[in-house]
Amino acid sequence: MEHIQRHPARVARAPSRFLDALQRWLPKLVVAPTFVLIGVGIYGYMLWTGVLSFTSSSFLPVYDFVGFEQYAKLMANDRWLTASVNLGIFGGLFILSCLVIGVILAIFLDQRIRQEGAIRTIYLYPMALSMIVTGTVWKWILNPSLGLEKLMHDWGWTSFSFDWLVSSDMAIYTIVMAAVWQASGFVMALFLAGLRGVDSSIIRAARVDGASLPLIYWKIILPSLRPVFFSAVMVLAHIAIKSFDLVMAMTAGGPGYSTDLPAVFMYAHTFTRGQMGLGSASAMLMLGAILALIVPYLYSELREKRHD
Amino acid sequence: MTDVVRTGFRPSRVAVYGLLLLAALVYLIPLFIMLVTSFKTPMDIRTGNLMALPTDWTTIGWTKAWSEACTGVQCEGISGYFWNSFKMTVPAVLISTLLGAFNGYVLSKWKFKGSDLFFGMLLFGCFVPFQVVLLPMAATLGKLGLANTTSGLVLVHVIYGVAFTTLFFRNYYVAIPDALIKAARLDGAGFFTIFFRILLPMSTPIFMVSLIWQFTQIWNDFLFGVVFASGDSQPITVALNNLVNTSTGVKEYNVDMAAAMIAALPTLVVYIVAGKYFIRGLTAGSVKG
Repeated sequence: MEHIQRHPARVARAPSRFLDALQRWLPKLVVAPTFVLIGVGIYGYMLWTGVLSFTSSSFLPVYDFVGFEQYAKLMANDRWLTASVNLGIFGGLFILSCLVIGVILAIFLDQRIRQEGAIRTIYLYPMALSMIVTGTVWKWILNPSLGLEKLMHDWGWTSFSFDWLVSSDMAIYTIVMAAVWQASGFVMALFLAGLRGVDSSIIRAARVDGASLPLIYWKIILPSLRPVFFSAVMVLAHIAIKSFDLVMAMTAGGPGYSTDLPAVFMYAHTFTRGQMGLGSASAMLMLGAILALIVPYLYSELREKRHD
Repeated sequence: MTDVVRTGFRPSRVAVYGLLLLAALVYLIPLFIMLVTSFKTPMDIRTGNLMALPTDWTTIGWTKAWSEACTGVQCEGISGYFWNSFKMTVPAVLISTLLGAFNGYVLSKWKFKGSDLFFGMLLFGCFVPFQVVLLPMAATLGKLGLANTTSGLVLVHVIYGVAFTTLFFRNYYVAIPDALIKAARLDGAGFFTIFFRILLPMSTPIFMVSLIWQFTQIWNDFLFGVVFASGDSQPITVALNNLVNTSTGVKEYNVDMAAAMIAALPTLVVYIVAGKYFIRGLTAGSVKG
């Protein structure tokens, strides 16, 4: 009290200094809730799952450390092997088909098309649907008795037979079909945006030199869109690794476990079969796959930024 | 670059249009089949085929899907789950967008030591496969008493959506000149004044992108719904999956398709009304600049 009375100037300044400090801390205070949520909800939980993957947890978490036992079990697990192979088939075909279809549609759509906006809207609407909706519809279309097969019979192709959905060898390809239907429009949109950014003077020059339009696209334009290719592959691979809904809606992993993907495997073992340790190990391997994919990507992104 | 191509009637133009229209048909046919089937009678479905129009149009599939169809043990239709999805989606979208806006503001205009690292953490968070957080999250929700509740799902969607919304706003605000902020600070404007008076009025487009992106993501989510909700609190996607894959009784494909349409309508409407922002959201994360 005495101290303040002797220095009246300070009394006036004190609140403003408090406000200054508040101003300085305010930005940090504002992001603090998110920092906590992300820190716990992503990084903390990631670590927790990692710990669980080294335990023998079954229906309830137990914290006895068994080393890499769960990973070893996983590698010897037939179902996990199927899921991994399926991811290779599904991911490979899905990414490739989406790229081919997306690039072709984007190039064709970039030729001064009337009603371009409407056509683009049609190509992209499946992206707004839930994978469960997509799966439900495709399951109906590919219905072995009442679906596509019956349509072809009614249209006169009586020998047509299509039972991929219930065939353990072919069912994974039906999931590729539905997934490509859903996501190829998105790749088209990415490439169309890329094409719009290509400098037209280069193309005009090549044109003057007598190069044909397909050759120009193949030799000049597409190579210049390499960053778009990388982005598209990144996003598609990411979708593939996380694919869960579509399989659940179309085949629920069946027939048997022939259409299992890692995400389905993880869900089944962790939440319905009571093998938490094994489920956690499979989740960590999925994380590993994503890391192998995005770390080089983010690295090259950041390096490019620095060069700018 | 489009000006390179000469327009006018040429065979190649016909081929271009032909292929584009064919592709449009392929994208549209599943929607057509879904709609047509939903208006058929079960009898009609057995005798007709996928592409045939209903012989007599009926909304019985829709009413049944809405209020009678079985989703597992219960047979009360999907109406309750439809509202569940709204009760979950609306707060989650609003909260995650607001948090994202403030985070983006701080990470672009009020950088502090470590803020870039924080942004990197968020960016990485966009890529993490949710499988690595499911189990601990389930345990936490149980401890908090939020297991199988809509509030629990809201919390989950906020946590795993905020990385994306922050990314949207941060990239949007980075493009706004710092000089503007500096001038306002010299005039004595504080943290919130600058945000509400200067940035907010020019943020409408990015708010639209964030709201629409989050709405679509959260409405369409299945993984969190199936893991963290059960029974009465399930969202529509889980109910639809239960309905379609319920093995009791005769399969009623008209009901399945009507239910799928009901689940798809909100996001379809949003897409048709504000597709421009939806596309910007889709490409925001993947195309640089």
